[in-house]
Amino acid sequence: MSKKVEPAHAGTLESSDLFVRVVPCECEGVEIELESSVYEIYADAIKATILESANALKATGIKIMVQDKGALDYVIKARVEAAILRAYGINEPDWSVL
Amino acid sequence: MKKQKLRRSMLFVPGSNTGMVCNAFIYKPDTVMFDLEDSVALAEKDTARLMVFHALQHFTYKNIETAVRVNPLDTPFGLLDLEAVIRGGADIIRLPKTDTVDDVLEMEQEIAHIENKIGREKKTMMLAAIESALGVVNAVDIARSSKRLMGIALGAEDFVRDLHTQRTKEGHELMAARNQILLAARAAKIGAFDSIFSDIKDKEGFMHEVAYIKGLGFDGKSLINPTQIPWLHKAFEPTPKDINWAREVIEAAKDATIRGLGAVSLNGKMVDAPIVARAEWIIELARASGVLGEEA
Repeated sequence: MSKKVEPAHAGTLESSDLFVRVVPCECEGVEIELESSVYEIYADAIKATILESANALKATGIKIMVQDKGALDYVIKARVEAAILRAYGINEPDWSVL
Repeated sequence: MKKQKLRRSMLFVPGSNTGMVCNAFIYKPDTVMFDLEDSVALAEKDTARLMVFHALQHFTYKNIETAVRVNPLDTPFGLLDLEAVIRGGADIIRLPKTDTVDDVLEMEQEIAHIENKIGREKKTMMLAAIESALGVVNAVDIARSSKRLMGIALGAEDFVRDLHTQRTKEGHELMAARNQILLAARAAKIGAFDSIFSDIKDKEGFMHEVAYIKGLGFDGKSLINPTQIPWLHKAFEPTPKDINWAREVIEAAKDATIRGLGAVSLNGKMVDAPIVARAEWIIELARASGVLGEEA
């Protein structure tokens, strides 16, 4: 995506939810920083879900910082997508890719 | 007569409340009603929409009926909500603040447009919430306005504000609206659903209201707290006497069919199609309430 990225966030720190922050970075592609209450067991799966959402939206040059409180897979998708869409200032996403 | 789906309990779930979205199915309401409208703050309309879009597709909601209350189409959120939740696979769209037939037709047109665009074969149903004096006055026309309407529902909180009054335990202020909505729904042969009871600590008041609206003929009620689900289902549970009567009626009807009769007498009373439909409804309620096995 070539649109300008502004820092944005979505979600909460409540149980079963996650807090996602997206900021522009000088990196190639997407950089992920994860804290999770279930890190030892699910870190790889959570990172894969975050990356899948970022790729679906063709997001690049962003850092995604996630504080996970044991969220289900679809909650992770919803929050990451929301934060990325906000960062790009997109109000009407292409639902077919989400 | 077409078999009607049980919709005793329609549980409102704010789309912005992740915990509720993830757990609502556990409480087994007849219908989960995700809300994108009044319970969601303006700043979270986008995140709630995404959450509900994904929840609708999750396996935990595959075996339960799902409805979504979208924002009105004259807000910046209405169409965005509609596209997301139809793509997500919602069974029912709850129209907020339905005042006129045009409100239904406009929503129907937008739903059809989105279904065509995405190639969705299953027809999305609609539930029109009537929340104003104008809506109540137009209830008969609203109820008949679209084949997609599976029911009309009273939205009492906005309605009493429109009447310049407030809700009371006695509910006299809702009497005209309840009767009008029920008659309109029955005339159109669709469902009639009562409003929420907001004091979640007042079980006695809730049960009193449920007994009243059940007696009037309502199919069910919107709920805002899962605690109220077992109470509501218990109130709709048929008695052993009701179940025995229903079984006898169904047996008598079967016997009449075998003998080629349109109507038959049971204990001196005529059994015809409406009576049989009522008996089948009681058996279905009994099964859903867990007081009768599937084999019965």
